[in-house]
Amino acid sequence: MNIVVLVKSVPDLVEDLEIDATTGLLDRSFLRLIPGELDDHALEEALILKERHGGSVTVVTVDTGDVDETLYTALAKGADRAVKVVVEGLEPGPDNTRLAAIFHRVLAGIPFDLVLTGTQAVDDLDGFLGPMVAEAAGLPYVGYVTRVESTDGKVVARKEYPGGLCADIEVTRPAVLGIQAAEKPPRYVVTSKVMEAMKSATIEEETSPEVPAGSGLAVSRMYVPETGAHAEMIEGTVEQVAEALAKLMRDRGVVA
Amino acid sequence: MPVGTSVEFLEKVVAATPDGGHIRKCLQCGTCSGICPYGFAMDYPPRSLIAALRADDWHGVLESDTIWLCMSCFACASVCPVKIPLTRGLLSTLKTEMLVGGSIPQELQTALSNSRRYGNPMGESPRKRADWAKGFPIPVPVMAEHRQPVDVLWFVGDYPSYHPRVQHVARALAKILFVMGVKFGILGPEENSDGDTQAFTGEWGLFELLARKNVKAMTKYSFREVITGDPHAFNAIKHEYPRLGFDRPVKHYTQFLLEHMDRWKPLLGQGPAMRVTYHDPCYLGRANENNIYEEPRQLLQAIPGVEFVEMSHNRALSLCCGGGGGGMWLDGFSWEKAHARTTEWRVREAVAAGAEVLAVACPYETPRFEDAIKSTGLEGKLVVKDIVELIAEAIFGRERAT
Amino acid sequence: MTGEICVVIETIRGEVTELSYTMLAAGRQLANGLKTRLSALLLGNGVRHLAGTLGAADRVVCVEHPDLADFNPEAYLQAIAGLLRSQPPRVGLFGHTAMGTDLVCGVARRLACPVAVSCRTFAVADGEPRYASLICGGKIIAEGALPAPTCLATVMPGGYKAEEGRVQKTPPTEIVAPPPPEKPARTRFRQYIEPPAGDVDIARQDVLVSVGRGIQTKDAIALAEELAKAVGGVVAGSRPVIDQGWLPTTRLVGKSGKQVKPKLYLALGISGAPEHAEGMRDAELIVAINKDEKAPIYGFAHVGAAVDVLELMPVLTAKVRQVCAGAAR
Repeated sequence: MNIVVLVKSVPDLVEDLEIDATTGLLDRSFLRLIPGELDDHALEEALILKERHGGSVTVVTVDTGDVDETLYTALAKGADRAVKVVVEGLEPGPDNTRLAAIFHRVLAGIPFDLVLTGTQAVDDLDGFLGPMVAEAAGLPYVGYVTRVESTDGKVVARKEYPGGLCADIEVTRPAVLGIQAAEKPPRYVVTSKVMEAMKSATIEEETSPEVPAGSGLAVSRMYVPETGAHAEMIEGTVEQVAEALAKLMRDRGVVA
Repeated sequence: MPVGTSVEFLEKVVAATPDGGHIRKCLQCGTCSGICPYGFAMDYPPRSLIAALRADDWHGVLESDTIWLCMSCFACASVCPVKIPLTRGLLSTLKTEMLVGGSIPQELQTALSNSRRYGNPMGESPRKRADWAKGFPIPVPVMAEHRQPVDVLWFVGDYPSYHPRVQHVARALAKILFVMGVKFGILGPEENSDGDTQAFTGEWGLFELLARKNVKAMTKYSFREVITGDPHAFNAIKHEYPRLGFDRPVKHYTQFLLEHMDRWKPLLGQGPAMRVTYHDPCYLGRANENNIYEEPRQLLQAIPGVEFVEMSHNRALSLCCGGGGGGMWLDGFSWEKAHARTTEWRVREAVAAGAEVLAVACPYETPRFEDAIKSTGLEGKLVVKDIVELIAEAIFGRERAT
Repeated sequence: MTGEICVVIETIRGEVTELSYTMLAAGRQLANGLKTRLSALLLGNGVRHLAGTLGAADRVVCVEHPDLADFNPEAYLQAIAGLLRSQPPRVGLFGHTAMGTDLVCGVARRLACPVAVSCRTFAVADGEPRYASLICGGKIIAEGALPAPTCLATVMPGGYKAEEGRVQKTPPTEIVAPPPPEKPARTRFRQYIEPPAGDVDIARQDVLVSVGRGIQTKDAIALAEELAKAVGGVVAGSRPVIDQGWLPTTRLVGKSGKQVKPKLYLALGISGAPEHAEGMRDAELIVAINKDEKAPIYGFAHVGAAVDVLELMPVLTAKVRQVCAGAAR
């Protein structure tokens, strides 16, 4: 089974997010970009499928200036090919419309049975990458997938609904699936293997001839929500906090 | 999936250290397994591991996951009669093989992934590494902003930088250095985890990545020596960083404070009477025969009011707190396998020795022993203090110490 | 009708979802503000009776067909796009769910229009509809105009009260068949898989001790269990904890888990990102413990403390036991 994994670089929420006073948008100079968490799951599911059924895994991502480590790590984990797409003049920012067009163009050159990508990402605003790529390529899409099984010429995607309910949905190949969680947590790859990949493996580079059109969705401003309501904070040591909470629980009739 | 053969693995072990060949002289005496704190819970404590390899049972070894109980405390290596470098050579190489094969407890995986991405195992923002010093009355210069030579580069470490309990220790040391008139600076956001504990989980590649970043940062600045409150950082900088291009002197703060005692001892006030015992950190003592045993004791005995008592497992026989070798990030795993915590043995031992205060000199130990005091119900009977906290309290009084 | 507001109603196993009513409330606001009609699009098989709760809409278009009996992304996409293409709405609202998010981008492409996702609230200014979306784990709000002539959006709960969108009245209802499919079906619903039975139902508990990424290790679950026992509750968790396998999926609170409304929700080491908030923000008393004072959860928790979760749990367990023992005398 030949699988392509699409990885998107997104802001790391470990860092504080600041708004740029001049643009009114996210200040990207402060941002650390990391591969989307669900894209990591998509890669893991792809590797699991490769281990089960054979075939190849190709990881594709758009260059943001520091994606090499992500790609070498994917290769060290067992991906067969890594493709970095360089797009001159692509403005960073939540822009799945442009990314979907870029990925669609790249996919035209890679034979595949499945495209896996995270079912969503923290900075999604103008849509979701998976369905947009599927629609551009004229392929069926199922999202919120937590398990993929392969049968003759088809795949069965387990789709997750609230409350633990799931549905098995059968899809013909080729197809695009949005991964919510891989069957197992994404594997660890020891640093020496990543270093080895950096020395011996190659990242293929593709250039995109032009920046595709954007979605037309306007963002007039971004801001950090100042919630009118805020929790009443208990100050003090752990002892004091515990004391206060225990009393609160008793007073509210929750305990005893 | 088994990788390689017993012979291939043994060759790796031999190649891992200069004296690696000693493994061929193993007498199967069993002293190593006997002294290992978690030996009783391991499928293959060191002696059995060597026996299994000699019997070509590499597959059996790879199927067990109890190697992750090893906390790299160097107890086995320190007692081996034929001086096999068990900790560095055999056990950490086995952990590397497990990692390469993809076998790693999930808890540990997070700490290692965080170390790689953020330069600290907690996954905290590297930009906030010096936040512990914000708003602190003592200036703590960050070298990149300070831009002037200092006498001493203070390598702070992960836990003193980010862990709320251990930040008190960092602040205590800052105050002491200040009243001593030491011109010091820290790397702040340029500092990464020293990498020593990650190395002993088998991730020598990760160690090198972190170490090289630290070496690159440190070599930019002008200072005479490095001091640190972290025995793991001390161990790594002293023994491993030179081959990566950094060979300026490094001291643990116990050595530094002893050397310059005349600058702080006169400031000590009359303190309350307390019976204090001292836990020897593995990485100040046994590991790589660092053998720093007397300096911490001399510091403690210089504090007025301190009556020093010795625990039965002291100096080279010290009982590991369980933090090394990845243990700091494997408490769930070790509890499931062993149903015993070395920290609980240790705090009971401290109380049995008659101590009211358990003095420590390693950032892992304060939170670990404090947890054990709670879980053994010894609250009120024993407190844990880093040596610098005791010194700072004697100089500034308890409320203003940290 | 071209230029109206259209809500794509979601049903699961024959019931309209609560989010659908939230969408109707939002849709009503937009329709009133733009002085246009609000239509509800209801798909399924044998679902026309569900139009009885969709009274907030001015009309219901009910698309019935055996292929639509259970959610099938391809069949639903074709039906919705087929219907809307001839009369594109001014704004089309989809749920930000496993159903809506599968559909919205495909429909948008066929209508050649843009999409805004994760929308919490809408507004009308100068005769134009506007959106406000919660992104980046709930830390950022993005605002802007929904471009003319058509824009689709996915709606998250929390911006409108579902009760406001639930009106027991049957609007004028049109039953239509879906347009014939353009190509042979490639997607087929096979079966549901029920969640594992036998575990507690967290939705029925009065007290939940819920743990998130901040508890760091599996070891800490035991501490949470102790605390849960002391307070007479049950342990639940957010997505990262369940994905690690530290708790079964039956304990998941959030968008993909259960929606809970306990008397007390103790959120330990949980940041409060929207996917989780969705599951618990209506709890009577929310107590949040998170070292990060800027964590989004403090925006809707009632009480909080920025202390270390691992340190607090055993101490709180002991205090609660003391308090209970005191009361028993």
